[in-house]
Amino acid sequence: MSQTFSAAEPAPPADSTSPLLEVHDLSVSFRSEAGQVNAVRGVTYTVNPGETVAIVGESGSGKSVSSLAVMGLLPSSATVTGSIRFKGQDLLSLNDRQLSKLRGSGLSMIFQDPLSALTPVYTIGDQIAEAVRIHQDVSKSQAARRAVELLDLVGIPNPQLRAGSFPHEFSGGMRQRAMIAMSIANDPDLIIADEPTTALDVTIQAQVLDVLKKAKEATNAATVLITHDLGVVAGFADRVMVMYAGKAVETATVDDIFYHPRMPYTMGLLGSIPRMDVEEKEPLIPIEGTPPSLLNLPPGCPFEPRCPIAVEQCRQTEPGLDPTDRDSHFAACHRSLEIAQRQWSAADVFVRPTVPEAAAAGIAREERPVVLQLQDLHRAFPIRKGAVIRRTVGSVRAVDGVSLDIREGETLGLVGESGCGKTTTIMEIMNLLKPQQGRIVVLGQDTASLKPDDRRTMRSDLSIVFQDPMASLDPRMPIGDILAEPMWVQKMPDAKIKARTAELLKMVGLSPEHASRYPAEFSGGQRQRIGIARALALDPKLVVLDEPVSALDVSIQAGVINLLDELKSRMGLSYLFVAHDLSVIRHIADRVAVMYLGRIVEIGTSKDIFDRPSHPYTQALLSAIPLPDPEKERTRQRILLTGDLPSPTDVPSGCRFSSRCFVFAEQLDADQRARCQSEDPGLYPMNADHGAACHFAQVREVV
Amino acid sequence: MLKFLARRLVNYLILVFIATSLAYILASMTFHPENRYLGRNPPIPASTIEQTLKERNAAPDTPVLVRYGHWLNGVAHGDFGKVIQGEEPVSSELKRRIGVSLRLLFFGTVLGAVFGVLIGVVGAVRQRKPVDVVGTVGSYILLATPTVVIIIVVQTIFVWINRHSGNAGLFPQTGEYTSNLHGLAFWLDRGRRLVAPTIVLTLLGASFYSRYQRSAMLDVLGSDFLRTARAKGLTRQQALFKHGVRTALIPMMTFFAYSFGLLLTGATFTESLFGWNGMGKYLIESVQSRDTNAVAAVTCFTAVLVLLSGMLSDILYAALDPRVRSR
Repeated sequence: MSQTFSAAEPAPPADSTSPLLEVHDLSVSFRSEAGQVNAVRGVTYTVNPGETVAIVGESGSGKSVSSLAVMGLLPSSATVTGSIRFKGQDLLSLNDRQLSKLRGSGLSMIFQDPLSALTPVYTIGDQIAEAVRIHQDVSKSQAARRAVELLDLVGIPNPQLRAGSFPHEFSGGMRQRAMIAMSIANDPDLIIADEPTTALDVTIQAQVLDVLKKAKEATNAATVLITHDLGVVAGFADRVMVMYAGKAVETATVDDIFYHPRMPYTMGLLGSIPRMDVEEKEPLIPIEGTPPSLLNLPPGCPFEPRCPIAVEQCRQTEPGLDPTDRDSHFAACHRSLEIAQRQWSAADVFVRPTVPEAAAAGIAREERPVVLQLQDLHRAFPIRKGAVIRRTVGSVRAVDGVSLDIREGETLGLVGESGCGKTTTIMEIMNLLKPQQGRIVVLGQDTASLKPDDRRTMRSDLSIVFQDPMASLDPRMPIGDILAEPMWVQKMPDAKIKARTAELLKMVGLSPEHASRYPAEFSGGQRQRIGIARALALDPKLVVLDEPVSALDVSIQAGVINLLDELKSRMGLSYLFVAHDLSVIRHIADRVAVMYLGRIVEIGTSKDIFDRPSHPYTQALLSAIPLPDPEKERTRQRILLTGDLPSPTDVPSGCRFSSRCFVFAEQLDADQRARCQSEDPGLYPMNADHGAACHFAQVREVV
Repeated sequence: MLKFLARRLVNYLILVFIATSLAYILASMTFHPENRYLGRNPPIPASTIEQTLKERNAAPDTPVLVRYGHWLNGVAHGDFGKVIQGEEPVSSELKRRIGVSLRLLFFGTVLGAVFGVLIGVVGAVRQRKPVDVVGTVGSYILLATPTVVIIIVVQTIFVWINRHSGNAGLFPQTGEYTSNLHGLAFWLDRGRRLVAPTIVLTLLGASFYSRYQRSAMLDVLGSDFLRTARAKGLTRQQALFKHGVRTALIPMMTFFAYSFGLLLTGATFTESLFGWNGMGKYLIESVQSRDTNAVAAVTCFTAVLVLLSGMLSDILYAALDPRVRSR
C-alpha cells in the first residue's frame, strides 16, 4: 500500500513497524447553497505507533474536518475522497456499523467543549461505563468499577462518589478529564484530541495537558493533537503539520517548525504570537488580510494574497508539499529553498510595523493624572432560597476589596482565571454608580456623587470594547449607524457625526465606504476593529477592553493588538485591559494586576510581574502558560496547581489562595501554615510600586 | 425536589382558586337566570321564582359578591350548589360526567403525545425526506383547520366505513354508551364508541406536539454529545435513541403542560358534536341554561385537570433532566 504515497510523504522511520494511520490525498467537500465548499483539499499524512502529531491551523483551515473524516463522524452532507487506512484497513470503505466497532476501541476522540460534548442527562460514571460496555463483554457492575478506576487515573478526587455526578456538576477541567477517561477506556491505539484545552483556563489547561500525557503513557497510544495554539504544540508534539485553506502547507519535526520554518505562513504564525519570554516590547508581526473562502478558490497558492514575498509563479500554480533542505521537512512554497538559503525569518519576510512613541512616555508615572481609581471596591450578589418566602442565605463575593489606579497614557492589564471577578469589576466601573462598598473615581469624579445627567456626559470619556465581536454588534444595523449611535446619545450634530464616522473607519483600518454594510459582511478581526471604532467614537480618555482579542485567530489577533497599541499612543488613551492570556498582557500592558477570588493578589509593573513574580499564584499562572519554543518547553519546571478555583460563596479563611497554594502545601511548617489560614494577607510591598498579597512572598523565576 | 413540587402545588392551587372564582363571578354577573321564568304560560308565581332562585343562590337582588361569598362557603364544604333545572346538586351531575370526559381525554392525550413524539423524532432524523414532508404538511393542515371541521370530516369517514362494512352500528357516532349491557358486550360497546372521538383528539394533539418535538430533536441532532456518543462506538441509530431522544423530550414536558388547555377546548367541541354527555357538553348546556353553579363547577374541574397536567410535567421534567432536580 505504501507504493501509492506521493513524494511529499515523509518516509516512515526504519525502526518502527508499519504506520498506524495513513491518510492519503484526503479531500472533504460540503454542498452549500453558494456552491461546493472544499474544506479539505488533498491532505496526506501518517501517524506511527506511539507518536504525537500536531495539526496546527486557524479556524477554517480544515484541521478538525480532516480528523472527523478519520473518525467517520462527518455529517452526511460531506463528500469524502482519498484513502484513510488504519492498521492497513481502509476506513472509507466501512459502513457505520463496521466503523462503530473501531471507534472508541481502536481510535478514540477528545472534543473541544466538554460541557456540550457530554450527554447532560446521564451520570459521568454511566457514560464512561457505556464506553467500556460497547467494546468489552463485561457486566454492568464491572464496567462501573472500571469507570471509577479510569476517573481515578485521570485525577478526579473521590472518584467513587463523583462517578454518580452529572456533567453539569463538574467544572470544565474535570469534565475534560472525564472525557479523557472515556477516550482511553478501551485502550485505543490512536487518540485524536480536537482542541482539548481551548475552552479552559491556563492553570487548568496545564493540568489537563498533564493528564493527557499520563493517559498517553498508560495506553501507549499515538496522539493527533489538533490545535491553534503553537505554545501547546511546542511542549507536546513530536511532529507538526501546519494547515492552511484545507491543505497541509508544512510538515516537519516540532523543532524544525519552530526553529527552521520554510513556509511564509508558518513564519507569520510564529511571528504573530505575543511572547511572554521576550522582554523588549516591539510590535507583533501581523499577517495582513484574511484566510480565503473555500468556495471557488482561485488558482495559485491560497496564501499568495497575504504573502509579502509572493512572485508571479505563486499566482499561477499552487505549490505541492515538497521536500526542503532539511530531512523529513516538507513545505508547500515555491520559494522554500530560497528562504532556506537566505536564512529568512519572520521579521525578514513580513514587515514589522512601527508604532509611534506615546506622548506620555516621557513623563514620569507620578506626574501623570489618575484617570481611574478603585478603592476597596466590593460587590456581592445575594443567594436567595426558600419555598414561599425568599430569604438571603449567603452571598457570592464576586469582588471583595479591589484597589487599583490607572494613570493617563498607561495600560493596566487585569488578569485572572474565569470566575475571579474580572468582569464584575469592570461592570461596576461601567455602571458609574455608587458601589456597595468602596469608591470608584473616574477622571477625578467620585461616581457616588454623579447625577444622571453627569453620568451620561461621563460616558463619553469612558468606553468599552467587548470580547465577542459577533455578539456585540447589532446584526440589523449598518456599521455606520453602529458607530454613530454613541454620538446620537451625546446629541452631536448630524454633519459632525458623518464626518467622524468616516474618520473612525479609517482610523481602524477600514474604508469609509464600508459604513453602509452590515456586520455579517465582515470577518471576525474586522468586526473587532468596528467594536474598537465604536469605543473611540466620543474621544474617550479611558477604554475598558474586555478580552478584546481572545475570540480571534492569532494572525488576526496580532493586527488588532498593534492597532490598540497605535491608537493608545496617537490618542493618549488609557486602557484597562482584561484578559486571561498573559502573553497578550505582557505585550500590551505597562502595569499588571493579578486577581484571584475577588481580590488583587499581586500588582506591579509588567516587568515586575513577569520577571520577578512574588505571589505563588502569579508564579503558577505564569508557569502554566506554554511557550512557543520547544527547547524551553522541554526544560521548564511547571508549577501545577491542584483543583479548581474555590467557589466565591465559600472563600477560604485567612489567605484565600492557601487551599491551592504549592508553597503552603510543600514548603511551610505548621506555624507558618497556621498564619496563612488565620491571617488574611494584605498587599505587602515588594518593591516600589509592586505589591503581593502573600505572607511568604518570594521571587521565583518561572518564565 | 419535594420542596420545589410543594411550591408548584401551592401556585397551582392559587390558580385553580382564581380561575374558579372568576368563572363564578363572571357567570353570576351576566347570566340573569330569572329571565328563564318570564313570559311563561301559565305564569309562575313570583314567590316560587324567588324561592327557586334563592335555593340556587341566584337571587337577583342579592349582590354578586354576597352570592360569591355564600358559594365559596359551600365549596369549602364540598357543596357546589344545586342545578338550575331540577332538584339535584351539581356534584351528582358532575359525578356522572367526569368519567366520560376523563376516558376521552386520557386516551386522546396519551395517544396524541405518543404519535406526536414519534412523528417529530422521525421527521427530524429524516429531515426533508418524504416522511418528514408528509408529517409536516399533514400537521400544518390539521393545525390550520377548525376543530369542528376536523370532527365532521372524521365523522363522515366513519359513516362511510360503517356503511361499507355492512354493519351500521360498527362505530356509533353519537352518544357514549348503550344502556343495559353487561360483561364483554359492555366493554366492546364503550370501546367502539371511543374510537372516532379519540382519533379526533389524537390528531389535534399529535399535530402540535410533533411540530415541537421535531424542532427539539433537530436541536439535539446537531449537538456535540451525540457526536461523542458515536465516537465511543455507538452506531448512529443507537446514539440517537440512547442519547438523543431522551434529551429531546425534556423541552416537551413544559410544552405538554401549556398545551393541555388547548386539548381541553378541543375536547369540548368533540363531546358536543359526538353527543357525549361529558363535562365539555355540560359546560355548553349550562351556559345555555344560565346555570352559574354548573359553569363554576366545570371550570373548577378543568382547572384541576390543568393543575394535574402541570404537576405531572414538572415531575416528568425532573425525572428526565437531572439539572433541575437539585433545585
